[in-house]
Amino acid sequence: MSHDEKFKSGDEHLVYMANQIATFFTSQPEAERAAGVADHINKFWEPRMRGRLFEIIEMGGDGLSPLVLEASQTINRPKAA
Amino acid sequence: MCGTQERGTDKRFVEEIDYGTPAVRSDKTVTLTIDGQSVTVPEGTSIMRAAREAGIAVPKLCANDMVKSFGSCRLCLVEIEGKGGTPASCTTPAMDGISVNTQTDRLNTIRRGVMELYMSDHPEDCAACAAGDCEMANMAETVGLKQNRYGDEGANHLEPSPIGEHGVNFKELDVSNPYFAYDPSKCIVCSLCVRACEEQQGTFALTVEGRGFESRITAGMDEPFLQSECVSCGACVQACPTGALQEKSIIEMGMPDRSAVTTCAYCGVGCSFKAEMKGEEVVRMVPYKDGKANRGHSCVKGRFAYGYATHRDRILNPMIREKITDPWREVSWEEVYAHIGSEIGRIQKKYGRGSVGGITSSRCTNEETYLVQKLVRQVFGNNNVDTCARVCHSPTGYGLKTTFGTSAGTQDFDSVEHSDVVLVIGANPTDGHPVFASRLKKRLREGAKLIVLDPRRIDLVRTPHVEASYHLPLKPGTNVAVLTALAHVIVSEGLFDEAFIRERCDWDEFQDWASFVLQPENSPEAVEKMSGVSAELIRGAARLYATGGNGAIYYGLGVTEHSQGSTTVMAIANLAMATGNIGRPGVGVNPLRGQNNVQGSCDMGSFPHEMPGYRHISEDATRAIYESLWGVKLDNEPGLRIPNMLDAAVDGSFKALYVQGEDILQSDPNTHHVAAGLEAMECVIVHDLFLNETANYAHVFLPGSTFLEKDGTFTNAERRINRVRKVMEPKNGYADWEVTQDMARALGQNWNYTHPSEIMAEIAATTPSFAGVTYELLEKEGSVQWPCNEKAPTGTPVMHIDGFVRGKGKFVRTAYVATDEKVGPRFPLLLTTGRILSQYNVGAQTRRTENVVWHDEDLLEIHPFDAENRGIREGDWVKLKSRSGETSLRATITERVAPGVVYTTFHHPATQANVVTTEYSDWATNCPEYKVTAVQVSPSNGPTEWQEDYEEHARQSRRIVHVEAAE
Ligand code: SF4
Ligand code: SF4
Ligand code: FES
Repeated sequence: MSHDEKFKSGDEHLVYMANQIATFFTSQPEAERAAGVADHINKFWEPRMRGRLFEIIEMGGDGLSPLVLEASQTINRPKAA
Repeated sequence: MCGTQERGTDKRFVEEIDYGTPAVRSDKTVTLTIDGQSVTVPEGTSIMRAAREAGIAVPKLCANDMVKSFGSCRLCLVEIEGKGGTPASCTTPAMDGISVNTQTDRLNTIRRGVMELYMSDHPEDCAACAAGDCEMANMAETVGLKQNRYGDEGANHLEPSPIGEHGVNFKELDVSNPYFAYDPSKCIVCSLCVRACEEQQGTFALTVEGRGFESRITAGMDEPFLQSECVSCGACVQACPTGALQEKSIIEMGMPDRSAVTTCAYCGVGCSFKAEMKGEEVVRMVPYKDGKANRGHSCVKGRFAYGYATHRDRILNPMIREKITDPWREVSWEEVYAHIGSEIGRIQKKYGRGSVGGITSSRCTNEETYLVQKLVRQVFGNNNVDTCARVCHSPTGYGLKTTFGTSAGTQDFDSVEHSDVVLVIGANPTDGHPVFASRLKKRLREGAKLIVLDPRRIDLVRTPHVEASYHLPLKPGTNVAVLTALAHVIVSEGLFDEAFIRERCDWDEFQDWASFVLQPENSPEAVEKMSGVSAELIRGAARLYATGGNGAIYYGLGVTEHSQGSTTVMAIANLAMATGNIGRPGVGVNPLRGQNNVQGSCDMGSFPHEMPGYRHISEDATRAIYESLWGVKLDNEPGLRIPNMLDAAVDGSFKALYVQGEDILQSDPNTHHVAAGLEAMECVIVHDLFLNETANYAHVFLPGSTFLEKDGTFTNAERRINRVRKVMEPKNGYADWEVTQDMARALGQNWNYTHPSEIMAEIAATTPSFAGVTYELLEKEGSVQWPCNEKAPTGTPVMHIDGFVRGKGKFVRTAYVATDEKVGPRFPLLLTTGRILSQYNVGAQTRRTENVVWHDEDLLEIHPFDAENRGIREGDWVKLKSRSGETSLRATITERVAPGVVYTTFHHPATQANVVTTEYSDWATNCPEYKVTAVQVSPSNGPTEWQEDYEEHARQSRRIVHVEAAE
């Protein structure tokens, strides 16, 4: 990453945060990885953020780590507002 | 002076007894007779203390129960039957079977003689004597001294009269300290102040200068107090039995007419004080000996820096404006509530229920915080509530909950008295938590060992009579690597506590973790390369912590404010579990909390995913408790955290925010981002004492009240629930909890609390860990540590005694991930931030007190090597630039920081250090990465354009149009 960018825009930041979570769980025992990511996002992400995550995934999931994509199977889809 | 003074049973004053010498801990007791009464005391107790416990006050001048006795004044003499002489009762231990007389003719004659000599050298016009604040006058009366045969002729220390020869030893009054004065002419060289400074405070600033009659107390190298190493804790002033060391406020205002016990509103130590009042004014704050957090000690902030409460900048009327470029318009309380009611209603209708939220304060009481989250959950109907703990200790919550099962420190402060090895990580206790630091230093002087993990050589590494066995000056951002390397050593050398782990933890998880830490990339040699700490130091520190006896860990924001903050907390928990250092006095894992009520605000459900007592919002049973009490359906989805709120505001879906007692613009990272978020909102409501920086972006201002003006509770870093007592009427008219209540009413909920104790009753009724807490219990016990319930009716000093709250302790793999904030050619230095003793957080309070004499601006610490490379000299203005922004401040050159590292504080808004910090944050909690920013430093001429623009913007947005004064 270059060093002179200003802070990240909304989507970029969301992808970045999801990947940070995935990075942590990547180091955990195999069986806990995807489940750990999904559980963490379900517990701490407000529905708007999860909704946007799914939209990003549907658009191809650019930049998302494979573990986030795997975890998305069990991330709760927000109820329609 | 005289914490020692007793005011008998006068109900207006809090009664405190001075036992003359400190309590002694011993399993054996002795029984003796004093003035015909039989007394039993622990072995080693002085005769003076034994007598006082039996209700007999032996006259004394040079002893009090906070410091070791010295035996110099000869006023406390007693007779022991069958023994010759008249031993000093303060230095003579009570022995089994002896019979002591404290009142005989012989003793009275000697005592009168002693007092007569003292009084001959004591100014006749001593203001303290007249005020009743001088122990000399008291003692003279006690021993029945009526006349002074010596007069004040001859050599003495009194002020010279124009004609006479007196006062050959006269020394000038020292008024350099803003809060207390030293008048050498009243000093009797009892050395109580010297002992207080050494034993209680641990600063060693005072000495006895000269010999015999000429001797006097001096600060530092015979300097004015302000120039000496004195940290203005006030312990010496408290100890002084004469008016030699005295609060200036007493000199100016005279003696108080009542007092009440309350809790300091500055830091997470949560010291208890007696607020001594005269009418509606505070005369002084005196540390309270029965306060279980501070045991009669204090620091400069709580003791002296309360002047902000009456500062002229305080806003006392509600105000409204349509646009943030308009001047403020003062309005009535009715009008402001009507306005809030219609704005929140309008915004929720237009943008949805989730478009509004609130921020609770770590400076307000538990009761107030509880009401703000209730307002958001019950009245706003969402979970968009967060607190400034987000930016400091949210990783503690996540990390300790995951590993131990609950989000809190494991010990009480007394625990440190039983520690043998203390590991301080990313904390600077002498500045951030001074009273705890004094207790820690005391233990270290008694022989406990110290390990410090910090990029800076903090004061604790070497202070008088304390020297760290190991200082690991790691590169900012490498905590996890170093902690995992410590674990590597402990596991590879077999230093772990297998019995403890098998009994308390999951053995399979331990083995998984052990094989992880043994991987070669976690070895000290591998970690040396990235952390800059030699493998030898890592090995030595690990061995000492694992094998040195009771090992206790204390950590601060240097642990949490990183992109791996939560991982670091778990790495710390792993170490404690692996070595069996959990579940008894002297050990444990202890976060040093920044603000006074960070613990409480977290406990009270301030996080968007948690109800009070750390219960996840998705738990149906928990929601059901509140739903039936509050009569609404609660949202089962987590709400937005502060940074997410700001993102959502920029995206257009978040429009209104109620901020109680916080200044997010100044305390949150990346000021530009915060400002952009606030600017995008339609209704920002700030509830504070002052027009803070966030208020520059607000549409509604609600005046707040100080801790002196309300009842309630604060919970300190030891989970201790302390009472806050109202000692004066709110200058703005209403305590903060009343304002929140009126907002809820304006929004259609019929809240009806008449006193904070009723709010606590609701908290207790709905939160299992608080089930036993009532104001009556707090009255009786002074304070209690949660959990406080049926199982622990008077609270829980040490947690996880027979097992972890979550059942089995959980070992978690903690892989080191380097932060993305990396140095490179454009930003070659690492900036880390912190705080100093005399200022507090963003400084809104302390900057409005005399404390500014110690810190009138933020300085950038830079190593001589880096400074020279850049042509920077001491005191030069420098530009500090990161990829987020730039600011200017003055540089100071010091070897406290390593080459490649720079350091500053963030107490002054003009500096705007957070213009420079980035939006990187902890992976689990979004706690910002304040402790690592890649920067460049270069010479500059003064403030940046942005700083000047900002000053102008701030000035513009603080304009107020006052309403016509009502006739
Ligand atoms: S105020 Fe505190 S630090 Fe200063 S001389 Fe007195 S005891 Fe020592
Ligand atoms: S600021 Fe902290 S250490 Fe100082 S008096 Fe207050 S609670 Fe105690
Ligand atoms: S009080 Fe014992 S000698 Fe002074």
